[in-house]
Amino acid sequence: MLMFYVAATSVLITIILAMIRAMLGPTVFDRVLALNMIGTKTVLLICVIGFLTGRTDFLDLALLYSLMNFIGMVALLRFSEFGSFGQEKS
Amino acid sequence: MELALDIVSWIFLILGAFFSIVGGIGIVRFPEFFSRLHGGGITDTMGAGMLIIGLLFQVKHPLVGVKLMMILFFLIMTSPASCHALAKSAISQNVKPTLDDRKRK
Repeated sequence: MLMFYVAATSVLITIILAMIRAMLGPTVFDRVLALNMIGTKTVLLICVIGFLTGRTDFLDLALLYSLMNFIGMVALLRFSEFGSFGQEKS
Repeated sequence: MELALDIVSWIFLILGAFFSIVGGIGIVRFPEFFSRLHGGGITDTMGAGMLIIGLLFQVKHPLVGVKLMMILFFLIMTSPASCHALAKSAISQNVKPTLDDRKRK
C-alpha cells in the first residue's frame, strides 16, 4: 500500500513541475509540450489511484482520457499551424 | 510468492517515479525548446512504461491486467507520434535549434 502512495506523490510532483513550465514558457510550443505531459501524467495518476482505493473500474476512465488527450493535442497543433481545423471547401 | 511479487513491484514503481521526476526537472531547467522536448519524451516512455509494468504485478483479476496492457499499448503508440508532430510543427514555424558552433580541429 505504501508503494502506491510513493508513486502517486511522484506523479503529482511531475505535474506541478510541468505546470511551472506551462506558465513560464516563452513560445506556444513550450506550453503545448507541458500540456501533453500533464495529460499523460493524469492518465497514470488515475491508474495508480484506482489501485490504491481498490476500485479497479477507474482504468476505463484512464483509457478514454489518453485517447482524448492525443486527439486534442493533434487538433491544437493543426490550428496553430494553419489557422483552421481542416480544408475549407471553396 | 506474495513477497517476491511485492519486491518486483516496488523496484518498478521506484524506477518509474525516478524517471518521471527526472523528466520533470529536465523540462524546467533546459535552456531551449528542443532539449525540453527530450525531457518530455523521457517522461512519456520510460516513466509511464515502468509505472504500468510495476502495477501489472499487483492485479488479482485477469481482466484488469488486460485493461492495463491496452493502456500501455496505446501510450506506446501515441507518445512518439505526438512528440514528432510537435517537433515538425515547430520546425515549420521557424523555431531554430541552437547548434554547437565550436570549430573542430
